[in-house]
Amino acid sequence: MKLELRGITKSFGPLVANDHIDLVIEEGEIHALLGENGAGKSTLMNVLFGLYQADSGDIAIDDVVTTFRGPGDALAAGIGMVHQHFMLVPVFTVAENVMLGHEQTRAGGFLDLDAARERVREISARFGFGLDPDAVVEDLPVGVQQRVEIVKALTRHAKILILDEPTAVLTPQETDELIAIMRQLKDAGTSIVFITHKLREVRAIADVITVIRRGKVVGNAEPTASESELASLMVGRSVLLGLDKTPAEPGEVTFTVENLTVLTPTGHVAVDDVSFSVARGEILAVAGVQGNGQTELAEAIIGLQEAAAGSIRLDGKELRGLTPDEALGSGIGFVPEDRKVDGLVLDFSVAENLVLDLYHKSPYARGIALNLAEIRSNAVHRIDEYDIRTQGPGEHVGKLSGGNQQKVVLARELSRPLKLFIANQPTRGVDVGSIEFLHRRIVAERDGGTPVIIVSTELDEVVELGDRIAVMYRGRIVGIVPSTTPRDVLGLMMAGVPLADAIEQTGRSPRATPTTDDETGQTL
Amino acid sequence: MSDQQPVSMDEAPNPRTPDAKPEESGVGRAAQVLREVTTGSFGVTVLAFVLALVIGGILIIAVNEAVITAAGYIFSKPSDFFNAAWTAVSEAYSAMFRGAVFNYDATTAARALKPLTETMTVATPLIIAALGVAVGFRAGLFNIGAQGQVIMGAAIGGYVGFAWDLPVVLHLLLALLGGVLAGGVWAGIAGFLRARTGAHEVIVTIMLNYVALYLVAFLLTTSAFTREGSNQPKSPGVKSTAQLPALLGDQFRLNAGFLVAILAAIVVWWLMTRSTWGFRFRAVGSNPHAARTAGMAVSSSFVLVMVVSGALTGLAGAVQVLGTEKALTGGIAGSIGFDAITVALLGRSKPLGIFFAGLLYAGLNVGGRAMEGATGTPINIVLVIQSLVVLFIAAPPLVRAIFRLPAPNPALAKGVSA
Repeated sequence: MKLELRGITKSFGPLVANDHIDLVIEEGEIHALLGENGAGKSTLMNVLFGLYQADSGDIAIDDVVTTFRGPGDALAAGIGMVHQHFMLVPVFTVAENVMLGHEQTRAGGFLDLDAARERVREISARFGFGLDPDAVVEDLPVGVQQRVEIVKALTRHAKILILDEPTAVLTPQETDELIAIMRQLKDAGTSIVFITHKLREVRAIADVITVIRRGKVVGNAEPTASESELASLMVGRSVLLGLDKTPAEPGEVTFTVENLTVLTPTGHVAVDDVSFSVARGEILAVAGVQGNGQTELAEAIIGLQEAAAGSIRLDGKELRGLTPDEALGSGIGFVPEDRKVDGLVLDFSVAENLVLDLYHKSPYARGIALNLAEIRSNAVHRIDEYDIRTQGPGEHVGKLSGGNQQKVVLARELSRPLKLFIANQPTRGVDVGSIEFLHRRIVAERDGGTPVIIVSTELDEVVELGDRIAVMYRGRIVGIVPSTTPRDVLGLMMAGVPLADAIEQTGRSPRATPTTDDETGQTL
Repeated sequence: MSDQQPVSMDEAPNPRTPDAKPEESGVGRAAQVLREVTTGSFGVTVLAFVLALVIGGILIIAVNEAVITAAGYIFSKPSDFFNAAWTAVSEAYSAMFRGAVFNYDATTAARALKPLTETMTVATPLIIAALGVAVGFRAGLFNIGAQGQVIMGAAIGGYVGFAWDLPVVLHLLLALLGGVLAGGVWAGIAGFLRARTGAHEVIVTIMLNYVALYLVAFLLTTSAFTREGSNQPKSPGVKSTAQLPALLGDQFRLNAGFLVAILAAIVVWWLMTRSTWGFRFRAVGSNPHAARTAGMAVSSSFVLVMVVSGALTGLAGAVQVLGTEKALTGGIAGSIGFDAITVALLGRSKPLGIFFAGLLYAGLNVGGRAMEGATGTPINIVLVIQSLVVLFIAAPPLVRAIFRLPAPNPALAKGVSA
C-alpha cells in the first residue's frame, strides 16, 4: 500500500502547524519524520490518523484520494498508530486491550476472549514478541506495553504503522529490540512512519528521512547523512553537536548522600539505600530509564519528598527534614523534571517566573511590598543573558516555546550563588539549538566550582554532560562509572545488570577501567 | 482525554514566523483591535448582559397580560401583538432604569438621584464581600462560606457597636475591626482544616454557614444581644458613635460604607498585584505544584488566604450593620454572602471589575423592585436576568458562539472531535 499526503495544510488560528506538506510513503518502507518539538510532526500524523481535519490538501492511498473523518476511517483504511503515551487500559489483560474497540462476540453477545488470545499468540509468535495474552498490562515493562500497542494495530490489519516518538520511554536495549521488530515488520510488507527527534536512531533504521521545520518540509536526507547534517537541517542552522567541555577538576567533596531511602505515598520503596557524593566542580549524571527512582531522589534532596532513612549533607549541614524553602535557602538550585507542572506558573509573566523562589527576598521585596522595578530589571537582564526569546518581561511564560521556558527556569535557578545545583531532565522537550546553550550554562556552573547533579533519561545527555555517571535501576544505584564507559555497558546497567557482568556481556571495558565500591558508591 | 489538546504550547510552532510581516495593513489592525475588544473579558461581559436582557425581555412579554390578550388574535391583527410586546418590554425596562439609576420623571433633583444612591447603598456590602471571595478565587480556594462570615462579621461588629461605649472615631473603627476579626477567624477555621486535614473548604465553609446562622439566631435570644424588656430577635440600635455616617444627609441611606468599599477595592488591588502575599496567593492558586517547588508553603497559604478572604467578607457584614441596618437581626445578611460569589465571578475576581459588577447587581435588584411596583412584572424576572448573566459569563465560549466571535486563543478553543 502506498500512502501519499499532498499539500496538507493545517492551521490553528494564526499558527500554521502544517504548511503544504507533501509526503510519499512507499510500501514496505521505513520513513522517518525528523523534526524538533513543535515542528508539526505530531499535527501531521494526527491529520493522517483522522484526529484532525486538514484545512486543505489530500490524502491518497494507492493513488485514490480518501477522506478520514475520524480515527475509525483511518483504521479501516489500514493505518495504525502507536501514540507516544500508550492508549492501554492498565488493569486489562493484553488480550482484552487488543480486542478493545473492535470486540468479537459469540452468540448472545458474549465476548470472544479466546479468539483475541489466539490472535495475540499468533502475531506474537510471527514477530517473536513473546507476549502472554493473559498478562495484565500494568505489570508489564514499558517496552512490552509498546509491543501490545503494535499488536493492537496489527490485529486491525494495519499496513502503515505510525510510531510517535516510540523510543522516548525505552532503555537502549529495548530500543534495539524495537528496531529489530521494525525491520521484521518492514520485511512483512508493513510501512512504518517513525516520528522522532533522535538522530542516531533515524540513521540506524530509516530508508527515507523527511525533515520538517516550522510546519514545512525542508528536505529529504539519506540515512547515510551525518548527524550534524541532519541536525542542521532540523534546526535551520549549523549546530555544534557534542559539547567540548574541559575535563572536570573536582575539588573538595561538599555534598554527600548516605543510605538514603525514600518511600512513595503508597509505601513502595522508590529510592533504596542510595549513597553517593559529589565534589565541587564536577557533574554527577544520574542515568536510568524513567521511573527508577531518579526523580524521587532529586526531590528528596530538595525536601519535596520526605526521606524515610539516611542522611543528606551539604557542607556538613544536614538537609534531611528541611522544607523546600529552607533547602533552597541553603544554596541549592533546583530544576524540576516537568517545567510546566513544577517549574513555572504558566499564567505568570516571564518576570514573575524569574523570581518565583526569590520574590520575598531583597531586592525583590521590601517588607511585604514587591519591588516591581527590580523584578522587571532582573527580567531584562536574564532575558538578555540567557537569550530568552520573548516579547518582553510581561509576556506570559505559557506563550513561550519549550526551550525558552526551560531557559527561564535555568536562568532563575542559576542566577544566585549556589552550593549545589540539581537539574532533572534539563533539556526534555527542548529544541537542539537550546540544548546546546543549556548544556554550556550547566558546564559553566560546574566550572565555577559548584557540585552539579544532572538527572536524565537521555543517554546522550548523560554521556555528554556527566563527569561520572550513576546508573539507577529500581531505586538502587547499580554502579557509578566514568563517562567514558561504553554505551552498551551503560544500557545493560540501566536494565539492572551490574557493571562487571555488563562488561563481560559486551566484551568491552571502559577506557579507564573503573573500580566501584558499592558501599560508598564512589569511584576510586 | 483532557490531554488531547490539539496543539500544546510546546507543540505549537511560533506564530511569529519570519515571513509574517511585522507591519500590518490598516484593515488588519482594525480587525485586531475589534478582536481584542470583543474577545476580551469585558466585551464578553457586556454581551452576556445584553443577551440576558433579551431573554428577560422575552419572559416579560410572555407573562404580560396585554400581550397574552393580543396574542389571542395575532393573525387578524398582528400589530396589536407587537405593539403590546414592545410596550411591555420598554415599560418594564424603563421602570427598572428609573428605579435603579436615574428617575427622570421625578420632580426634584434629590428624588431623581435617590435610585442611584440606593443602588450604591445595596452595592456596598456586595462589593466588599465579593472582594473577599475573589481573593479566595485567585488563590485557588472556593470560599462558599461568605454568607456565614458576613453574619459573624455583622454579629460581632454590631455587638461592639451597640454594647460598648467609646469615643466617636475609635468606636466605629473598633466595631469594623470586630467584624474583620470575626469573619477572618470564621473563614480561618476552614483554611486551617484544609491545611491540616485536607478537609475541602467548600464543604467546611458551607457547613459553617449554618453554624453562623443558628449561632446568631441563638445569640439574639440571649439578654446580651436583645433590647431590654423585649423578646424580639433584634438587637439594640447601634450607638451613634459607631455608625457609619450618612454621605448625603439623612434623606438618603447612602453612607460612608461606600467609601470603605472603594478603599477595600484599592487595598485588595495592592495586595494581589503589589505585595509578596498576593504573589504567593496567585502562584499557589495558579499552580500549587510550582509554588511548592519554589519553596512556598502551600498549606499555610491556605490558612492565610482564608483569613484574608474572611476578613473582607466579615467587614462587609460589619458595614451592613453599622451603616445600613443599624441593628442586628437574624436576617441581617440577606443573601449578601451568596450574591457576593456571583459578583466576584461577574467581576472576574478583579477589584475594578467587582466594583462595577457589584453596582450592576445591586442596580438589578433595586430596579427590579421598582419594576415590579410600577408595571406588575414579577421581580423573579430580575433573578432570571441575574442568573443568565452569570451563566453566560461563566461560559464565554457560549457567548462567542452566539455572537460568532473569534476565540482569543484559537489553538486551544478548537476542540478535537476525537
